[in-house]
Amino acid sequence: MIALTLASQRAACAAGTDLLNDALQRAEAAAGLNALITLDKPAGVATTGGDLAGIPFVHKDLFCTTGQRTTCGSKMLANFVSPYDATIVERLAASGAVSIGKANMDEFAMGSSNENSAFGPVLNPWDTARVPGGSSGGSAAIVAANVVAFATGSDTGGSVRQPAAFCGVTGFKPTYGRVSRFGMVAYASSLDQAGVIARSAADCAEVLQVMAGHDPRDATSVDRPVDDYRAALDRGVRGLRIGLARELFSAGVRDAMQATVHAALRELEAAGAVLVDIDLPTLPLSIPAYYVIAPAEASSNLARYDGVRYGHRAADAKGLRDLYSRSRAEGFGTEVKRRILTGTYVLSSGYYDAYYLRAQQVRRLIANDFARAFADVDLIAGPTTPDVAFKLGEKTADPLAMYAADINTVAVNLAGLPAMSVPAGFIDGLPAGLQLIGKAFDESTLFTAGHALQSRTDWHLALAPGAVR
Amino acid sequence: MAIETAQLHRLAHLARLDLPTAEEVRLAHDLDALLGLIAQLQNAPVDGVRPMAHPHEVAATLRPDRVSESDRSAALEGIAPEMQSGLFLVPKVIE
Repeated sequence: MIALTLASQRAACAAGTDLLNDALQRAEAAAGLNALITLDKPAGVATTGGDLAGIPFVHKDLFCTTGQRTTCGSKMLANFVSPYDATIVERLAASGAVSIGKANMDEFAMGSSNENSAFGPVLNPWDTARVPGGSSGGSAAIVAANVVAFATGSDTGGSVRQPAAFCGVTGFKPTYGRVSRFGMVAYASSLDQAGVIARSAADCAEVLQVMAGHDPRDATSVDRPVDDYRAALDRGVRGLRIGLARELFSAGVRDAMQATVHAALRELEAAGAVLVDIDLPTLPLSIPAYYVIAPAEASSNLARYDGVRYGHRAADAKGLRDLYSRSRAEGFGTEVKRRILTGTYVLSSGYYDAYYLRAQQVRRLIANDFARAFADVDLIAGPTTPDVAFKLGEKTADPLAMYAADINTVAVNLAGLPAMSVPAGFIDGLPAGLQLIGKAFDESTLFTAGHALQSRTDWHLALAPGAVR
Repeated sequence: MAIETAQLHRLAHLARLDLPTAEEVRLAHDLDALLGLIAQLQNAPVDGVRPMAHPHEVAATLRPDRVSESDRSAALEGIAPEMQSGLFLVPKVIE
């Protein structure tokens, strides 16, 4: 059997396959991975009209949908049905794509392994003893499992790219502001950006074409024209300058990962790209800066869950403060509490300058590093992750070890840049990801490079042992 | 730096989070470790560096001052845990 792509789905549809029924059967067959929180059986689906007409897909369960509950992987929102649709939900529906469910995720998108979900962990289709990555773990696993051709995700510190790398599929995180955040449950608002996970860069380009664009309902959505991403696919990489950032190939990155990603980059070199060494000297400080800024924003964003207007409400509260404190204690999991308390600490009187303000200054240094590098190169490259997918439970006792694994992805969010993880080969039978980082709003060049690589290699089409055949 | 119990209680109070005693030791330990991690920022060369709160420096967009939303109160009431006569119910605040 073949990997599901938009092209294979369209061909199957033309040959008479009922794509919706097929996807629902595939979802049942892959149910053991626990990649979906909600499986839907949409009725009355139109298969005509729209760029993605009739193509089944799933939304990460933090995009608000009026037709399905939106849990955000949390007990807090276990029964929450949104009174409105997210902008990208509307856009994908208008394109004719058919949502068959909502993907499992780390609670409120906080995590790198999908082990923080109130609905249980997701298993990696390549090895069910391993994590699929997070926080968009369900989205990556459901694509890798060959259930749907694409899934939406969100990326605050690597949550699209890291699970895509762990599951051997392509994950695209657009420039901050390129895709509307309206109706996407907020974690860290200056870092959050919606993205897409699919088999190929070409499929990500088609889906992003539908998702991207200005939205007056999101004040941080940027009003500038959206490139023609499909036109960028075949531009070729001849003469394209790709910077290999020394810090992305640091000592913390396993040797086999460095070698595998270098080999993938040599494919781009063979296609005409020019590889040059560059430095991003402040990148090692991106983890501490991220773990100040993201929790600070989270502690503020998650203040809205108070048991009054929607979400979990504690029973028999003895007063208003008791209602707030117990509703939140009962509704949130451990990692969410950890980040709320951390954010509260770094924003509290006496610590603001030492932590939050300083982290924002380091954020500027990181953005300046990228700006300097992009004066000389078109893209920046490195491994998406220091190692392949780790085992379930391996890092749960040590939050810092889990955070450290985000070292190659968080800087991109701090700077607000677009980036993509593309399959780059295998290490001991497990997928490795190559991360390509672009200039702000230059998604097109990422698609060009990703498509050039995938025209020469077939790692992105390899089927996991746990994939539906 | 070690987070003391009183400090953890203060944070929990500010965050409106009820912390079961059983979770306190673990959370204090985790916060200590995290503060150790973010202490790396103290050596960063940030003198004179303008803080960056947001990826793009764009001015807030303006829109025409006209009604754009319809009355959604019925839909919003439908998802509230406890409502009465269009009001969100909370426990008694004044005795």
